[in-house]
Amino acid sequence: MWTVPALVLLAVFVYLPLVQNFGYSTLTWDIYSGSQQFVGLDNYRGLFADPVFWSSFTNNLWYALLSVVFQVFGALLLAALVESIRSTRWQRALWTIYFIPSAISLTVAGLLFYFVYEPNLGLLNHALEAVAPGTFDHAWLGQESTAMTAVIAMSQWQGFGYSTLLFAVAIQRIPAELHEAAALDGAGPVRRFFQVTLPLVREMTGLMVLVTVSGAFQVFNEVMVMTSGGPDNSTHVLGTWLYRNGFVRNDFGHAAAIGTVIFVITLTIAMAQLWFTRRRRVEW
Amino acid sequence: MVSRLGFLGVIARLFMWAFLLSLAVVVLYPLLWMVLNGFKTNAELFGNPFALPTDLSFGNYRDAWNRGVSDYLATSVLVTVTSTVATVFISAWAAYGLTRVDIPFNKVLTAVILGGLMLTPTVALVPLVRMFQSIGLYNSFWALLILYTAFRIPFTTFLIRAYMIDLPREVDEAAQIDGAGRWTAFWRIILPMCKPIITSTVLLHVLFAWNEYLFAMVFTNGSDVQTLPVGLTSLMSKHGTDFPVVFAGMVIAAVPVVLLFLFGQRYIVKGLADGIGK
Repeated sequence: MWTVPALVLLAVFVYLPLVQNFGYSTLTWDIYSGSQQFVGLDNYRGLFADPVFWSSFTNNLWYALLSVVFQVFGALLLAALVESIRSTRWQRALWTIYFIPSAISLTVAGLLFYFVYEPNLGLLNHALEAVAPGTFDHAWLGQESTAMTAVIAMSQWQGFGYSTLLFAVAIQRIPAELHEAAALDGAGPVRRFFQVTLPLVREMTGLMVLVTVSGAFQVFNEVMVMTSGGPDNSTHVLGTWLYRNGFVRNDFGHAAAIGTVIFVITLTIAMAQLWFTRRRRVEW
Repeated sequence: MVSRLGFLGVIARLFMWAFLLSLAVVVLYPLLWMVLNGFKTNAELFGNPFALPTDLSFGNYRDAWNRGVSDYLATSVLVTVTSTVATVFISAWAAYGLTRVDIPFNKVLTAVILGGLMLTPTVALVPLVRMFQSIGLYNSFWALLILYTAFRIPFTTFLIRAYMIDLPREVDEAAQIDGAGRWTAFWRIILPMCKPIITSTVLLHVLFAWNEYLFAMVFTNGSDVQTLPVGLTSLMSKHGTDFPVVFAGMVIAAVPVVLLFLFGQRYIVKGLADGIGK
Protein backbone atom coordinates (compact mmCIF):
# COMPACT_ATOMS: atom_id res chain seq x y z
CA MET A 1 0.00 0.00 0.00
CA TRP A 2 2.74 2.45 1.02
CA THR A 3 4.89 1.56 -1.93
CA VAL A 4 2.13 1.52 -4.55
CA PRO A 5 2.46 5.12 -5.85
CA ALA A 6 6.22 4.73 -6.25
CA LEU A 7 5.87 1.35 -7.95
CA VAL A 8 3.19 2.51 -10.37
CA LEU A 9 5.13 5.61 -11.43
CA LEU A 10 8.33 3.61 -11.87
CA ALA A 11 6.64 0.82 -13.78
CA VAL A 12 4.82 3.08 -16.21
CA PHE A 13 7.32 5.87 -16.76
CA VAL A 14 10.71 4.27 -16.12
CA TYR A 15 10.62 0.52 -16.72
CA LEU A 16 7.99 0.32 -19.46
CA PRO A 17 9.69 2.83 -21.81
CA LEU A 18 12.96 1.04 -21.20
CA VAL A 19 11.47 -2.21 -22.44
CA GLN A 20 9.76 -0.40 -25.31
CA ASN A 21 13.12 0.98 -26.33
CA PHE A 22 14.36 -2.54 -27.05
CA GLY A 23 11.29 -3.15 -29.17
CA TYR A 24 11.75 0.12 -31.05
CA SER A 25 15.33 -0.75 -31.82
CA THR A 26 14.14 -3.67 -33.97
CA LEU A 27 11.63 -1.63 -35.96
CA THR A 28 11.77 0.80 -38.81
CA TRP A 29 9.24 3.60 -39.20
CA ASP A 30 7.82 5.18 -42.24
CA ILE A 31 7.56 8.75 -41.02
CA TYR A 32 4.89 9.68 -43.54
CA SER A 33 2.46 6.83 -43.07
CA GLY A 34 3.55 6.02 -39.52
CA SER A 35 3.62 2.31 -40.30
CA GLN A 36 6.21 0.12 -38.62
CA GLN A 37 8.10 -2.84 -39.89
CA PHE A 38 10.20 -5.41 -38.06
CA VAL A 39 13.80 -5.35 -39.25
CA GLY A 40 15.57 -7.47 -36.64
CA LEU A 41 19.06 -6.24 -35.93
CA ASP A 42 19.31 -3.98 -38.97
CA ASN A 43 19.29 -0.83 -36.84
CA TYR A 44 22.30 -2.10 -34.93
CA ARG A 45 24.10 -2.94 -38.17
CA GLY A 46 23.33 0.56 -39.40
CA LEU A 47 24.54 2.00 -36.11
CA PHE A 48 27.88 0.23 -36.18
CA ALA A 49 28.39 1.44 -39.75
CA ASP A 50 27.60 5.02 -38.74
CA PRO A 51 30.81 7.06 -38.37
CA VAL A 52 29.14 9.70 -36.18
CA PHE A 53 28.08 6.97 -33.75
CA TRP A 54 31.72 6.02 -33.35
CA SER A 55 32.96 9.59 -33.05
CA SER A 56 30.24 10.22 -30.44
CA PHE A 57 31.33 7.15 -28.54
CA THR A 58 34.95 8.31 -28.67
CA ASN A 59 33.88 11.72 -27.40
CA ASN A 60 32.14 10.06 -24.45
CA LEU A 61 35.34 8.13 -23.74
CA TRP A 62 37.43 11.30 -23.93
CA TYR A 63 34.90 12.93 -21.60
CA ALA A 64 35.23 10.03 -19.18
CA LEU A 65 39.01 10.04 -19.27
CA LEU A 66 39.42 13.78 -18.64
CA SER A 67 36.73 13.73 -15.95
CA VAL A 68 38.43 10.88 -14.12
CA VAL A 69 41.73 12.74 -14.22
CA PHE A 70 40.34 16.06 -13.00
CA GLN A 71 37.17 15.27 -11.09
CA VAL A 72 38.40 12.16 -9.35
CA PHE A 73 42.17 12.25 -8.92
CA GLY A 74 42.49 16.02 -9.17
CA ALA A 75 39.60 16.45 -6.77
CA LEU A 76 41.10 13.98 -4.31
CA LEU A 77 44.40 15.89 -4.22
CA LEU A 78 42.55 19.18 -3.91
CA ALA A 79 40.40 17.85 -1.08
CA ALA A 80 43.50 16.68 0.78
CA LEU A 81 45.14 20.10 0.27
CA VAL A 82 42.14 22.02 1.58
CA GLU A 83 41.74 19.61 4.49
CA SER A 84 45.36 20.29 5.46
CA ILE A 85 44.48 23.94 6.11
CA ARG A 86 44.18 24.48 9.82
CA SER A 87 41.71 27.35 9.72
CA THR A 88 38.25 25.86 9.43
CA ARG A 89 36.88 29.22 8.36
CA TRP A 90 39.14 29.24 5.28
CA GLN A 91 38.32 25.63 4.60
CA ARG A 92 34.64 26.34 4.58
CA ALA A 93 35.05 29.45 2.43
CA LEU A 94 37.00 27.49 -0.19
CA TRP A 95 34.49 24.62 -0.23
CA THR A 96 31.66 27.06 -0.72
CA ILE A 97 33.40 28.89 -3.56
CA TYR A 98 34.42 25.70 -5.35
CA PHE A 99 30.92 24.28 -5.14
CA ILE A 100 29.00 27.29 -6.49
CA PRO A 101 29.34 26.25 -10.17
CA SER A 102 27.78 22.88 -9.30
CA ALA A 103 24.73 24.61 -7.88
CA ILE A 104 24.06 26.64 -11.01
CA SER A 105 22.78 24.61 -13.92
CA LEU A 106 24.88 23.17 -16.70
CA THR A 107 22.76 25.30 -19.00
CA VAL A 108 23.82 28.54 -17.36
CA ALA A 109 27.42 27.34 -17.06
CA GLY A 110 27.38 26.17 -20.68
CA LEU A 111 25.99 29.46 -21.97
CA LEU A 112 28.48 31.36 -19.83
CA PHE A 113 31.39 29.42 -21.32
CA TYR A 114 29.94 29.77 -24.78
CA PHE A 115 30.69 33.47 -24.23
CA VAL A 116 33.99 32.85 -22.47
CA TYR A 117 35.16 30.95 -25.56
CA GLU A 118 33.58 33.42 -28.00
CA PRO A 119 36.38 34.70 -30.24
CA ASN A 120 35.43 38.41 -30.21
CA LEU A 121 34.05 39.22 -26.80
CA GLY A 122 35.23 36.17 -24.91
CA LEU A 123 37.33 36.22 -21.77
CA LEU A 124 39.63 33.44 -22.85
CA ASN A 125 41.04 34.99 -26.00
CA HIS A 126 41.41 38.37 -24.32
CA ALA A 127 43.20 36.84 -21.35
CA LEU A 128 45.54 34.86 -23.61
CA GLU A 129 46.07 37.94 -25.76
CA ALA A 130 47.26 39.81 -22.71
CA VAL A 131 49.75 37.07 -21.84
CA ALA A 132 51.01 36.13 -25.30
CA PRO A 133 49.74 38.48 -28.02
CA GLY A 134 48.78 37.01 -31.37
CA THR A 135 49.43 33.37 -30.60
CA PHE A 136 46.18 32.01 -29.25
CA ASP A 137 43.44 33.56 -31.33
CA HIS A 138 40.99 30.68 -31.51
CA ALA A 139 37.31 30.18 -32.14
CA TRP A 140 37.42 27.51 -29.48
CA LEU A 141 33.98 26.06 -30.12
CA GLY A 142 34.10 26.66 -33.86
CA GLN A 143 37.02 24.40 -34.72
CA GLU A 144 36.86 20.64 -34.67
CA SER A 145 40.30 20.41 -33.11
CA THR A 146 39.37 22.30 -29.94
CA ALA A 147 35.57 22.20 -29.63
CA MET A 148 35.12 18.92 -27.75
CA THR A 149 37.91 19.57 -25.31
CA ALA A 150 36.57 23.08 -24.70
CA VAL A 151 33.16 21.65 -23.79
CA ILE A 152 34.77 19.11 -21.48
CA ALA A 153 36.91 21.82 -19.87
CA MET A 154 33.74 23.75 -19.03
CA SER A 155 32.26 20.70 -17.40
CA GLN A 156 35.37 20.25 -15.26
CA TRP A 157 35.00 23.85 -14.14
CA GLN A 158 31.37 23.20 -13.32
CA GLY A 159 31.77 19.85 -11.58
CA PHE A 160 35.09 19.67 -9.75
CA GLY A 161 33.74 21.34 -6.61
CA TYR A 162 31.10 18.66 -6.23
CA SER A 163 33.52 15.73 -6.27
CA THR A 164 36.07 17.60 -4.17
CA LEU A 165 33.42 18.13 -1.54
CA LEU A 166 32.54 14.42 -1.50
CA PHE A 167 36.20 13.53 -1.02
CA ALA A 168 36.46 16.09 1.75
CA VAL A 169 33.61 14.37 3.59
CA ALA A 170 35.39 11.02 3.18
CA ILE A 171 38.66 12.48 4.44
CA GLN A 172 36.93 14.04 7.43
CA ARG A 173 35.62 10.61 8.39
CA ILE A 174 39.19 9.33 8.82
CA PRO A 175 39.91 9.25 12.56
CA ALA A 176 42.31 12.07 13.49
CA GLU A 177 44.36 9.68 15.65
CA LEU A 178 45.63 7.93 12.53
CA HIS A 179 47.14 11.15 11.22
CA GLU A 180 48.53 12.03 14.64
CA ALA A 181 50.11 8.61 15.03
CA ALA A 182 51.70 8.90 11.60
CA ALA A 183 52.94 12.39 12.44
CA LEU A 184 54.52 11.09 15.64
CA ASP A 185 56.30 8.49 13.56
CA GLY A 186 57.83 11.39 11.69
CA ALA A 187 55.74 11.19 8.52
CA GLY A 188 55.46 14.53 6.70
CA PRO A 189 52.27 15.73 5.04
CA VAL A 190 53.11 14.11 1.71
CA ARG A 191 53.82 10.72 3.23
CA ARG A 192 50.72 10.97 5.40
CA PHE A 193 48.67 11.56 2.28
CA PHE A 194 50.02 8.40 0.64
CA GLN A 195 50.08 6.21 3.73
CA VAL A 196 47.02 7.31 5.68
CA THR A 197 44.59 9.28 3.51
CA LEU A 198 44.91 7.43 0.24
CA PRO A 199 44.37 3.87 1.52
CA LEU A 200 41.38 4.98 3.57
CA VAL A 201 39.58 6.75 0.73
CA ARG A 202 40.35 4.02 -1.79
CA GLU A 203 36.79 2.69 -1.88
CA MET A 204 35.45 6.21 -2.25
CA THR A 205 37.86 6.78 -5.12
CA GLY A 206 36.72 3.59 -6.82
CA LEU A 207 33.10 4.62 -6.47
CA MET A 208 33.83 8.08 -7.80
CA VAL A 209 35.58 6.64 -10.85
CA LEU A 210 32.51 4.54 -11.64
CA VAL A 211 30.05 7.36 -11.02
CA THR A 212 32.12 9.75 -13.12
CA VAL A 213 32.50 7.36 -16.06
CA SER A 214 28.78 6.61 -15.95
CA GLY A 215 28.05 10.34 -15.91
CA ALA A 216 30.33 10.85 -18.91
CA PHE A 217 28.17 8.47 -20.93
CA GLN A 218 25.02 10.40 -20.03
CA VAL A 219 26.29 13.81 -21.13
CA PHE A 220 23.71 15.84 -23.00
CA ASN A 221 23.01 19.27 -21.58
CA GLU A 222 26.34 21.05 -22.02
CA VAL A 223 26.92 19.76 -25.56
CA MET A 224 23.42 20.76 -26.61
CA VAL A 225 23.80 24.26 -25.18
CA MET A 226 27.35 24.97 -26.34
CA THR A 227 27.68 23.35 -29.80
CA SER A 228 24.56 21.24 -30.55
CA GLY A 229 27.00 18.65 -31.82
CA GLY A 230 28.78 20.88 -34.33
CA PRO A 231 30.99 21.86 -36.05
CA ASP A 232 30.34 19.14 -38.62
CA ASN A 233 29.00 16.65 -36.03
CA SER A 234 32.41 16.59 -34.33
CA THR A 235 31.16 17.20 -30.78
CA HIS A 236 28.23 14.82 -30.74
CA VAL A 237 28.07 12.44 -27.80
CA LEU A 238 25.79 9.41 -27.64
CA GLY A 239 23.02 11.36 -25.91
CA THR A 240 22.92 14.21 -28.43
CA TRP A 241 23.26 11.83 -31.38
CA LEU A 242 20.30 9.87 -30.03
CA TYR A 243 18.32 13.09 -29.74
CA ARG A 244 19.20 14.18 -33.26
CA ASN A 245 18.26 10.84 -34.79
CA GLY A 246 15.08 10.47 -32.79
CA PHE A 247 13.67 13.98 -32.90
CA VAL A 248 15.28 15.83 -35.78
CA ARG A 249 15.60 13.06 -38.34
CA ASN A 250 12.69 11.05 -36.90
CA ASP A 251 14.68 7.84 -37.27
CA PHE A 252 13.31 6.21 -34.12
CA GLY A 253 14.91 2.85 -34.79
CA HIS A 254 18.40 4.30 -35.05
CA ALA A 255 17.84 6.41 -31.91
CA ALA A 256 16.53 3.42 -29.97
CA ALA A 257 19.60 1.40 -30.95
CA ILE A 258 21.82 4.17 -29.54
CA GLY A 259 19.63 4.04 -26.44
CA THR A 260 20.38 0.36 -26.05
CA VAL A 261 24.12 1.03 -26.26
CA ILE A 262 23.87 3.71 -23.54
CA PHE A 263 21.76 1.33 -21.47
CA VAL A 264 24.29 -1.52 -21.71
CA ILE A 265 27.22 0.74 -20.81
CA THR A 266 25.57 2.47 -17.87
CA LEU A 267 24.01 -0.71 -16.53
CA THR A 268 27.37 -2.50 -16.60
CA ILE A 269 28.91 0.34 -14.64
CA ALA A 270 26.01 0.32 -12.18
CA MET A 271 26.48 -3.41 -11.62
CA ALA A 272 30.17 -2.84 -10.96
CA GLN A 273 29.19 -0.15 -8.48
CA LEU A 274 26.81 -2.49 -6.70
CA TRP A 275 29.42 -5.21 -6.52
CA PHE A 276 31.88 -2.66 -5.20
CA THR A 277 29.65 -1.40 -2.36
CA ARG A 278 28.59 -4.95 -1.42
CA ARG A 279 32.20 -6.02 -1.14
CA ARG A 280 33.03 -3.00 0.93
CA ARG A 281 30.20 -3.69 3.34
CA VAL A 282 31.48 -7.23 3.87
CA GLU A 283 34.97 -5.93 4.56
CA TRP A 284 33.70 -3.59 7.24
CA MET B 1 54.67 23.80 14.37
CA VAL B 2 55.83 26.41 11.89
CA SER B 3 59.43 26.13 13.03
CA ARG B 4 59.33 22.38 12.50
CA LEU B 5 58.03 22.88 8.98
CA GLY B 6 61.23 24.71 8.11
CA PHE B 7 62.02 26.79 5.09
CA LEU B 8 60.86 24.24 2.50
CA GLY B 9 57.62 23.77 4.37
CA VAL B 10 56.91 27.48 4.27
CA ILE B 11 57.58 27.58 0.52
CA ALA B 12 55.29 24.58 0.01
CA ARG B 13 52.55 26.31 2.02
CA LEU B 14 52.93 29.46 -0.05
CA PHE B 15 52.58 27.51 -3.27
CA MET B 16 49.58 25.70 -1.89
CA TRP B 17 47.83 28.93 -0.98
CA ALA B 18 48.69 30.49 -4.33
CA PHE B 19 47.17 27.47 -6.05
CA LEU B 20 44.03 27.30 -3.92
CA LEU B 21 43.37 31.02 -4.23
CA SER B 22 43.94 31.15 -7.97
CA LEU B 23 41.53 28.27 -8.35
CA ALA B 24 38.99 30.31 -6.39
CA VAL B 25 39.58 33.19 -8.82
CA VAL B 26 39.11 30.88 -11.81
CA VAL B 27 35.77 29.82 -10.34
CA LEU B 28 34.54 33.23 -9.26
CA TYR B 29 35.76 35.48 -12.06
CA PRO B 30 33.57 34.04 -14.85
CA LEU B 31 30.59 34.27 -12.51
CA LEU B 32 31.40 37.88 -11.70
CA TRP B 33 31.83 38.54 -15.42
CA MET B 34 28.38 37.08 -16.01
CA VAL B 35 26.81 39.39 -13.42
CA LEU B 36 28.65 42.45 -14.76
CA ASN B 37 27.72 41.66 -18.36
CA GLY B 38 24.09 41.68 -17.30
CA PHE B 39 24.54 45.41 -16.68
CA LYS B 40 26.46 46.30 -19.82
CA THR B 41 25.22 47.71 -23.10
CA ASN B 42 25.84 45.66 -26.21
CA ALA B 43 28.63 48.03 -27.29
CA GLU B 44 30.33 47.68 -23.92
CA LEU B 45 30.03 43.92 -24.12
CA PHE B 46 31.92 43.83 -27.40
CA GLY B 47 34.57 46.21 -26.02
CA ASN B 48 37.15 45.29 -23.42
CA PRO B 49 35.72 42.26 -21.58
CA PHE B 50 37.55 43.17 -18.38
CA ALA B 51 36.00 46.64 -18.21
CA LEU B 52 33.27 47.46 -15.74
CA PRO B 53 29.82 48.56 -16.97
CA THR B 54 29.51 52.34 -17.04
CA ASP B 55 26.27 52.46 -15.10
CA LEU B 56 24.32 49.94 -13.07
CA SER B 57 20.96 50.08 -14.75
CA PHE B 58 18.55 47.21 -14.56
CA GLY B 59 17.34 47.75 -18.13
CA ASN B 60 18.63 44.39 -19.33
CA TYR B 61 16.90 42.65 -16.47
CA ARG B 62 13.65 44.39 -17.31
CA ASP B 63 14.04 43.40 -20.98
CA ALA B 64 14.81 39.79 -20.08
CA TRP B 65 11.83 39.72 -17.76
CA ASN B 66 9.50 41.06 -20.45
CA ARG B 67 10.85 38.78 -23.17
CA GLY B 68 9.71 35.58 -21.53
CA VAL B 69 11.86 35.15 -18.44
CA SER B 70 8.88 35.93 -16.19
CA ASP B 71 6.99 33.01 -17.80
CA TYR B 72 9.98 30.68 -17.61
CA LEU B 73 10.51 31.57 -13.99
CA ALA B 74 6.86 30.93 -13.13
CA THR B 75 6.97 27.53 -14.85
CA SER B 76 10.25 26.63 -13.13
CA VAL B 77 8.82 27.53 -9.73
CA LEU B 78 5.64 25.56 -10.38
CA VAL B 79 7.42 22.45 -11.69
CA THR B 80 10.05 22.58 -8.95
CA VAL B 81 7.58 22.99 -6.08
CA THR B 82 5.05 20.41 -7.24
CA SER B 83 7.59 17.77 -8.23
CA THR B 84 9.50 18.25 -4.97
CA VAL B 85 6.36 17.73 -2.91
CA ALA B 86 5.29 14.72 -4.97
CA THR B 87 8.72 13.08 -5.04
CA VAL B 88 9.50 13.50 -1.37
CA PHE B 89 6.10 12.32 -0.13
CA ILE B 90 5.87 9.34 -2.45
CA SER B 91 9.46 8.38 -1.61
CA ALA B 92 8.92 8.77 2.12
CA TRP B 93 5.82 6.54 1.93
CA ALA B 94 7.77 3.96 -0.02
CA ALA B 95 10.69 4.12 2.40
CA TYR B 96 8.29 3.72 5.31
CA GLY B 97 6.64 0.71 3.71
CA LEU B 98 9.98 -0.87 2.90
CA THR B 99 11.57 -0.40 6.30
CA ARG B 100 8.89 -0.34 8.96
CA VAL B 101 5.88 -2.28 7.74
CA ASP B 102 5.98 -6.02 7.18
CA ILE B 103 4.90 -6.13 3.57
CA PRO B 104 5.19 -9.24 1.42
CA PHE B 105 7.99 -9.40 -1.18
CA ASN B 106 9.83 -6.66 0.66
CA LYS B 107 13.19 -7.57 -0.90
CA VAL B 108 11.82 -7.67 -4.43
CA LEU B 109 10.03 -4.34 -4.03
CA THR B 110 13.18 -2.74 -2.64
CA ALA B 111 15.14 -4.02 -5.62
CA VAL B 112 12.52 -2.74 -8.06
CA ILE B 113 12.40 0.73 -6.55
CA LEU B 114 16.11 1.19 -5.95
CA GLY B 115 16.95 -0.53 -9.23
CA GLY B 116 15.65 2.59 -10.92
CA LEU B 117 18.89 4.23 -9.76
CA MET B 118 20.74 2.31 -12.43
CA LEU B 119 18.67 3.53 -15.34
CA THR B 120 19.50 6.47 -17.55
CA PRO B 121 16.73 8.85 -18.66
CA THR B 122 18.18 9.15 -22.17
CA VAL B 123 17.48 5.49 -22.86
CA ALA B 124 13.75 5.91 -22.28
CA LEU B 125 13.48 9.15 -24.22
CA VAL B 126 11.99 8.05 -27.54
CA PRO B 127 9.30 5.75 -26.08
CA LEU B 128 8.43 8.36 -23.45
CA VAL B 129 7.82 11.07 -26.03
CA ARG B 130 5.51 8.81 -28.00
CA MET B 131 3.72 7.79 -24.81
CA PHE B 132 3.14 11.38 -23.72
CA GLN B 133 2.02 12.34 -27.20
CA SER B 134 -0.53 9.56 -27.23
CA ILE B 135 -1.94 10.41 -23.79
CA GLY B 136 -2.03 14.09 -24.70
CA LEU B 137 0.36 15.34 -22.02
CA TYR B 138 3.21 16.20 -24.35
CA ASN B 139 4.20 19.88 -24.14
CA SER B 140 2.51 20.36 -20.79
CA PHE B 141 3.50 21.06 -17.25
CA TRP B 142 2.23 17.58 -16.34
CA ALA B 143 4.87 15.87 -18.43
CA LEU B 144 7.66 17.49 -16.42
CA LEU B 145 5.92 16.94 -13.08
CA ILE B 146 5.43 13.23 -13.81
CA LEU B 147 8.92 12.64 -15.22
CA TYR B 148 10.78 14.56 -12.53
CA THR B 149 8.88 12.63 -9.90
CA ALA B 150 9.17 9.17 -11.45
CA PHE B 151 12.87 9.43 -12.26
CA ARG B 152 13.86 10.87 -8.88
CA ILE B 153 11.88 8.45 -6.69
CA PRO B 154 14.67 5.82 -6.62
CA PHE B 155 17.36 8.23 -5.42
CA THR B 156 15.08 9.97 -2.91
CA THR B 157 13.73 6.69 -1.55
CA PHE B 158 17.28 5.40 -1.27
CA LEU B 159 18.31 8.32 0.96
CA ILE B 160 15.18 8.30 3.16
CA ARG B 161 15.22 4.51 3.47
CA ALA B 162 18.84 4.48 4.67
CA TYR B 163 17.83 6.96 7.36
CA MET B 164 14.60 5.26 8.43
CA ILE B 165 16.26 1.87 8.75
CA ASP B 166 18.39 3.25 11.57
CA LEU B 167 15.45 4.50 13.63
CA PRO B 168 14.86 2.20 16.61
CA ARG B 169 12.07 -0.39 16.40
CA GLU B 170 10.69 0.71 19.77
CA VAL B 171 9.37 3.87 18.14
CA ASP B 172 6.79 1.92 16.16
CA GLU B 173 5.89 -0.24 19.15
CA ALA B 174 5.37 2.81 21.34
CA ALA B 175 3.13 4.31 18.68
CA GLN B 176 1.09 1.13 18.52
CA ILE B 177 0.65 1.00 22.28
CA ASP B 178 -0.66 4.55 22.10
CA GLY B 179 -3.22 3.20 19.68
CA ALA B 180 -1.94 5.15 16.70
CA GLY B 181 -2.58 3.53 13.35
CA ARG B 182 0.13 3.24 10.73
CA TRP B 183 -1.04 6.39 9.02
CA THR B 184 -0.85 8.47 12.20
CA ALA B 185 2.46 6.88 13.18
CA PHE B 186 3.94 7.84 9.84
CA TRP B 187 2.81 11.48 9.88
CA ARG B 188 3.12 12.21 13.56
CA ILE B 189 6.16 10.23 14.60
CA ILE B 190 8.33 8.80 11.82
CA LEU B 191 8.23 11.72 9.40
CA PRO B 192 9.15 14.34 12.03
CA MET B 193 12.04 12.12 13.14
CA CYS B 194 13.31 12.07 9.55
CA LYS B 195 13.41 15.84 9.29
CA PRO B 196 17.16 16.14 8.55
CA ILE B 197 17.10 13.70 5.65
CA ILE B 198 13.81 15.11 4.37
CA THR B 199 15.45 18.54 4.30
CA SER B 200 18.39 17.11 2.35
CA THR B 201 16.17 15.38 -0.19
CA VAL B 202 14.00 18.47 -0.63
CA LEU B 203 17.02 20.65 -1.33
CA LEU B 204 18.61 18.11 -3.69
CA HIS B 205 15.37 17.72 -5.59
CA VAL B 206 14.95 21.48 -5.90
CA LEU B 207 18.48 21.77 -7.33
CA PHE B 208 17.68 18.94 -9.74
CA ALA B 209 14.30 20.20 -10.92
CA TRP B 210 15.41 23.81 -11.25
CA ASN B 211 18.41 22.86 -13.39
CA GLU B 212 17.11 19.88 -15.38
CA TYR B 213 17.47 20.25 -19.13
CA LEU B 214 17.01 16.98 -21.05
CA PHE B 215 13.33 16.35 -20.26
CA ALA B 216 12.51 20.06 -20.17
CA MET B 217 13.91 20.53 -23.65
CA VAL B 218 12.43 17.42 -25.25
CA PHE B 219 8.97 17.54 -23.69
CA THR B 220 8.10 21.22 -24.02
CA ASN B 221 8.20 23.60 -26.95
CA GLY B 222 5.79 26.42 -26.14
CA SER B 223 7.22 29.37 -24.21
CA ASP B 224 4.31 29.14 -21.77
CA VAL B 225 5.42 25.73 -20.50
CA GLN B 226 9.20 26.05 -20.81
CA THR B 227 11.37 26.16 -17.71
CA LEU B 228 14.29 28.53 -17.24
CA PRO B 229 17.10 26.34 -18.65
CA VAL B 230 15.23 25.79 -21.91
CA GLY B 231 13.89 29.33 -21.91
CA LEU B 232 17.41 30.73 -21.68
CA THR B 233 18.52 28.88 -24.78
CA SER B 234 15.52 30.13 -26.71
CA LEU B 235 16.13 33.66 -25.40
CA MET B 236 19.59 33.28 -26.87
CA SER B 237 18.44 32.06 -30.28
CA LYS B 238 15.44 34.39 -30.58
CA HIS B 239 17.13 37.65 -29.78
CA GLY B 240 20.23 37.24 -31.88
CA THR B 241 22.94 39.51 -30.67
CA ASP B 242 21.33 41.22 -27.72
CA PHE B 243 23.64 39.31 -25.43
CA PRO B 244 23.45 41.47 -22.27
CA VAL B 245 19.79 40.47 -21.98
CA VAL B 246 20.83 36.82 -22.11
CA PHE B 247 23.35 37.44 -19.33
CA ALA B 248 20.64 39.07 -17.24
CA GLY B 249 18.46 36.00 -17.78
CA MET B 250 21.30 33.72 -16.74
CA VAL B 251 21.75 35.65 -13.52
CA ILE B 252 18.03 35.41 -12.79
CA ALA B 253 18.23 31.62 -13.28
CA ALA B 254 21.38 31.21 -11.20
CA VAL B 255 20.70 33.40 -8.17
CA PRO B 256 17.94 31.32 -6.51
CA VAL B 257 19.94 28.08 -6.54
CA VAL B 258 23.15 29.73 -5.40
CA LEU B 259 21.27 31.26 -2.47
CA LEU B 260 19.63 27.93 -1.75
CA PHE B 261 23.03 26.29 -1.67
CA LEU B 262 24.56 28.95 0.55
CA PHE B 263 21.79 28.57 3.12
CA GLY B 264 21.23 24.84 2.87
CA GLN B 265 24.86 23.82 2.35
CA ARG B 266 25.00 21.53 5.37
CA TYR B 267 21.98 19.48 4.28
CA ILE B 268 22.99 19.38 0.63
CA VAL B 269 26.47 18.09 1.40
CA LYS B 270 25.08 15.53 3.83
CA GLY B 271 22.61 14.25 1.26
CA LEU B 272 25.22 14.06 -1.49
CA ALA B 273 27.70 12.27 0.74
CA ASP B 274 25.11 9.74 1.89
CA GLY B 275 23.96 9.25 -1.66
CA ILE B 276 27.33 8.05 -2.80
CA GLY B 277 28.89 6.75 0.42
CA LYS B 278 26.36 4.24 1.69
